[in-house]
Order: sequence, then structure tokens, then C-alpha cells
Amino acid sequence: MRHILSVLVNDQPRVLARVAGLLGRRNFNIESISVGESEEPGLSRMVIATRGDEQTMEQVQKQLHKLVDVIKVQDLHDHSAVERELLLVKVGAGPATRMEISGIIEPFRASIVDVGPHSLIVQATGERSKLDALMELLHPYGIKEVARTGVTALSRGANKAGVALTAGG
Amino acid sequence: MAQRLAMSAERSEDLTQPQQEYSGSEILLRCLIEEGVEVIFGYPGGAVLPIYDSLYHGAVKHLLARHEQGAIHAAEGYARATGKPGVVIATSGPGATNLVTGIANAQMDSIPLVCITGNVNQDLIGTDAFQEADITGITMPITKHSYLVTDVRELPRVVKEAFHIASTGRPGPVLVDIPKDVSNGKTGYHYPEQVHIRGYQPKTDPHPLQITRLHQALAEAKKPLILAGGGVVTSGGEHELIAFAETARVPVTTTLMGLGGFPGQHPLWLGMPGMHGTYAANHALLECDLLIGIGARFDDRVTMGRLDKFATGAKIVHIDIDPAEIGKNVDTYIPIVGDVKKSLSAALEGLPRSRSEAWVKRVQGWYREKPNRYRDSDQVLKPQWVIRHLHESTGGDAIVTTDVGQHQMWVAQYFPFAKPRSFITSGGLGTMGFGFPAAIGAQLAHPEATVISVTGDGGFQMTSQELAVIALGNIPVKVAVLNNRCLGMVRQWQEVFYKKRYSEVDLADSPDFVKLAEAYHVKAWRAESKEEAARAWKEALSAPGPAVVDFRIHPEENVYPMVAPGKGLDEMIMGEEES
Repeated sequence: MRHILSVLVNDQPRVLARVAGLLGRRNFNIESISVGESEEPGLSRMVIATRGDEQTMEQVQKQLHKLVDVIKVQDLHDHSAVERELLLVKVGAGPATRMEISGIIEPFRASIVDVGPHSLIVQATGERSKLDALMELLHPYGIKEVARTGVTALSRGANKAGVALTAGG
Repeated sequence: MAQRLAMSAERSEDLTQPQQEYSGSEILLRCLIEEGVEVIFGYPGGAVLPIYDSLYHGAVKHLLARHEQGAIHAAEGYARATGKPGVVIATSGPGATNLVTGIANAQMDSIPLVCITGNVNQDLIGTDAFQEADITGITMPITKHSYLVTDVRELPRVVKEAFHIASTGRPGPVLVDIPKDVSNGKTGYHYPEQVHIRGYQPKTDPHPLQITRLHQALAEAKKPLILAGGGVVTSGGEHELIAFAETARVPVTTTLMGLGGFPGQHPLWLGMPGMHGTYAANHALLECDLLIGIGARFDDRVTMGRLDKFATGAKIVHIDIDPAEIGKNVDTYIPIVGDVKKSLSAALEGLPRSRSEAWVKRVQGWYREKPNRYRDSDQVLKPQWVIRHLHESTGGDAIVTTDVGQHQMWVAQYFPFAKPRSFITSGGLGTMGFGFPAAIGAQLAHPEATVISVTGDGGFQMTSQELAVIALGNIPVKVAVLNNRCLGMVRQWQEVFYKKRYSEVDLADSPDFVKLAEAYHVKAWRAESKEEAARAWKEALSAPGPAVVDFRIHPEENVYPMVAPGKGLDEMIMGEEES
């Protein structure tokens, strides 16, 4: 089962290394980690996409909590959440296919952010599955380069990175 | 040298002079004094020269080891014997990396340590400078927390936090890496009184509802069992454990780290469980209907990793201060997060007696009828006999340290520890070379105690250079080498699992340990028979200073009982059935 963890951490050097290292050495799967500023100065929000059964996820959360630089851990699986990823993809395209590609990406609300003589760059945001679908449609034109950010997410409505999973919780 | 050390101890007036500004190294020393640090274990070098210059005042005793691994194991020994954080200082690069084994060792056994390392100037960090190592990065997986101090003004807060984190909650090692420009930097000094770390709030009080559930489970239980671990010793909860076991009528098995946490001659004690556990403890684990794990982490040397054969008919209660231990290795029916002493105190109120009388009689019968046994001999010296003799000769009133391997298991099996903190061993990491320097730390913590380092000929050679330390300081550690001319436990495994293909375990060309000790000015004896052993040990014990006894034991002696890796606790190899 896929889970998205929203982890509030001290904005300290090496905090990403501490978290990623912990997950790695305990043999937990990591699909992606993204990290950036949070609403509170001095704290960063780290969003971790991972897989595991209930028992594994409980261990992941408890182990994360052992890190002194971790303030809160929230499994967004338990909440309604908005989940997004940014995709940049360089697609092979000459004058003949540009319009065609433009038509394909339009329903995805993606945009062309750079055009070269033989290629263009498409930018898209959305849930992972949507971006995967877009990638599949662009495949026949020749994918030259791809960069994806990994998932970032926030819980919806009143669930402000909400109920802290306190020690023992 | 001894004279110089004594002289420097008198010069402490500099610290009491009123000053506006202090260097980072002076601030560090003041912080250590505020923390009540009595002794620092360490080894100087370029990056910690400012710190060692501050130590020249002699305000805190410093023990110069002969290798940083010796220093940190001594600090661990001190911490294990007292419960207070051990402090070790090493220089940058190789000094720091030589601490790694000790840090991992302390982390696995939840031992409070504050490890201070020097680092190169901050403008050199990341340039592969001389003696530079990213020790914060290297030790990240094996510390409870770590700091790289980048500003001298942060030093008091960092040291305060380091001691707090190391010694509270589930204790562990904390690293403080101090670049040379920080220890040379100057600022005013103020030591914080309070610590507030937002992401670190250990929970020590158990949830009352879970205590009630424990009471209910006990009232229903017919075959309850306590599995007590190192957490009992760490929390100082031994009296509460005795009261709990006696009131509720529950037999107790103590893990390797828990030995001494429950009296080794108590009628409810079943010995140690697991790979080299007693028949009684292992069969009680197989048959119990309620298993109360107390400050024990259900390690694979206890469960054998075979959860399909471990307490399968039991409801499991798990009391631990570290929430991450609960549910990590076994499914828990009643989780109790809290300090062991506090949790047991809470449980003692209104504690019911279990309906366990028939069960208690049965397991006591097992313990009586199938104790740990060995085939004694008058021709060769048996290690089990030696350990029993060490126990008898001291009346059990000794602190015993060990490394890992056969000698460690024989001590665990044949030395019934009566008091907590009297058995100091490398449990989780299983570190050869640990016990001898650890004994030095324990002896400094308890100068009046009899401290015995039981070691093997393999382990002793990993840190035997610390003989210089016990000689110089006249530290009266008694080293008992169980010398079987081989790497005993590895040899045992090769015998049993590799068809006696003894690959690279022969240590017959080891040095003469008596001569080795004498080269360091330490008295030493050799013993090849019971008679010689008894005489040599008596002389060693009554000698005023340090001593080494080389017990030449039978090389093919094995540790039994034994559960082979991958087997369940129901498949014990009992070994030689003769006492």
C-alpha cells in the first residue's frame, strides 16, 4: 500500500541525510522524498512517498519520531490530501509535430515552456498517475529527458499537518 | 609521567578567575564540570590541542588510553557501572573514526555517552584536509543524535543538550564535533539551566489504561512469564521487578543485558533465554500464556528470529521507554510506553496474583532438573569451572566485564549475578576487545570494587595495549584470560555447522600473556590445572594492583545448551549431560 508521509523537521544541515539514511538503513522503501520550507520559520516540510503494510508504516513513523530533528509525522493516507508532482519532459518535436503535441497535452493542462528546433519542453503538474498517463502519450514522439520532483502534498481543509503522532501515539 | 599528571591536578585556579571571555575549549571544560563529569577518557591530537590545553588545568581527571577504541570502551564501562554518561574525547580524522566501534556498541546497548571529537577548521571542512573525516556523517546511523558545532556561542547549549539527550529516555551515544576554530574562538560563558528540544520529549509515565489491561491479563493468566532486559538495569527498577514478580507469582528470565537486573539466585529466576539460554527459560518461553517483556527488545538471540516458534500461545505485553521497540520484532497485545521503574511502580498498585502456582512449580522443576551443565575434568582446565571459581572466590561481589563469544556465554551461564550493573558486556554489537578497557572504566567508577575482566585470547589481543593504562594508574583490574588458543565461538560454529573445517581460527602463535603483561609492568600468572588456577587466582586477587591470569583452558570446550541459527527454541542442543 502506498503512503504519503508529511514530516515536519528542523531546518538543520543534514536533516535530509538523517531521514533518508534512517529509512535506508532500516530497509524501508522510499519512492520519493521532497523537502522545502514550511509555514513556520525554522521548520521544513518533508514529504515522503513510501510503500508498506500497516505494521511497516507504524515502524516507519516511530523510527522517524526517534530523530531529534523530527517534530511531527503525519500519514496523509489517514486524511484527505492534495498530492502533486511537477514534471518537465523534453520531447522530440519538429515543426510538423508541434501542433499535435500541443493538442495532446492540452487536456492535461500542461504547457510548453521551451521550444527548440528539434524538441520542446512540456511542464505539467498533478497526481502521479496523471503525469504517468501524459508520459505514455508523449512516448511515441521520443522522450529525450525527464525530470520529476517527486510528490509533495498537504492535507485538505482543517487537517493542518494535523494531529501530531506523539511518542507512543 | 605519573608525577606530571599529579602535579597538573593541583593547578585549577585559572578556572575560577573572573573573565569576560573564554575560549571554546575553556567553555567546553566548564560545561563538563557543570555536568558533574569526574573523568574523561581520551587521546589527544592536532584538532583537539586547544581542548587538551584546557585540560592541563587538571580540573577534570583525564585518562590517557593507548587507542581511541580503548578510551571509548572505558567510557562505556564507566557509564555502564554508574548510569552516568561516559565522556570520551578524540581528535579529528583517525582519532574520531577509531571511536566508531564504541559508538555503535553504546547505541546497540543503550549506553549514555557524550563523544567529543575535534575537527579541522571550518574553512578546511570539505577540502579533504589533513586528518579530516566527516565523523558526523560517518556516525549518523549509530548515534542517538549528533552535533557539528559551527559557532562557539552555541557550545554551552549543545553540550547541555548532548548530556540531556544521552542520559534521558532510552539512553545512547551523542556526538559533539567541534572544529578547531570553534574551540579557539572566544565568547562569554553562560551555561543554560533548562533544556527545551521540541522534537525530543521522551514519555516516561505509562498509560493507566494499559496498566489496567496488564492487571486483567495477569488475573487471567495461568502460565505468565517475565522477560526482563537491560531496561530494568538502566531504569534502576530491580526492586520493583522483584516486588512485581513475587506479588504476581511470575517466573523471570533475564536476557544477557538484563543479567543482574533480577537476583541470579532468586527462586523465581529461570536463567537466561535464547541461543545459549537455559532449558527452563526457553521452554517457559515456548509454553507461557502471558509474556511480559520489560525493557527487552526481543532480539534475535532471544527469539532466534523464529516468531513461529516463540511464545506462540501467549499474549505479549511490552513495557519499553522507546515506542519504536514496541511492535518492531513481535506483535504486542498490551503496549506500555514508559520508564521501566515507573511502569512497574504503577503496575504494583492493585497488582493481582496470577493463577500460576502449578506453572511456577513446573518451571522451577525444569530449572532444577536441567541446569546448565558441563563435564568437569581433573586433567584439563574447564572454563565453566574457572567462572564458578571466580564467583566463589569473590562471593559474587564483583563487577565482571566481557567481550563477545564463548567466555561471555560461560560468564552469563555460570556467574549468577546478584546486583544490577555488576555484569558489563557487549550485548547487541558483540564487540571483541570491549571488556578489558570497559573494566578500566568500571574500576575508576568504583575504586573499591573487585573488577574482573573475563576475556578470551582473541578479544584480549584486540585491546591489550590498555595494559599500559592499568599499570600506570595502578588500576587494580583483574584480567582473567580464558585462553583456548583459538577463536572459540567461531571454532564452535565451524565444528557444528562447517564440518570441522577450522578456517583461520587458530591463535596458537599468540604471545605469552604472562610476558606481555610483565612487559607492561603488570603482575601475571599462568594456570593449566585446577590447582594452579585456584592458586594463581588467589594471588592475583590479593595483589594490590592490576593482575593478569592466563587460564589455559581446554581448546575444544563448547558452549551448551545451544539453539542453532534458524532453529526454534524447541530445538535445543543440550550438550554434555554431566555435572
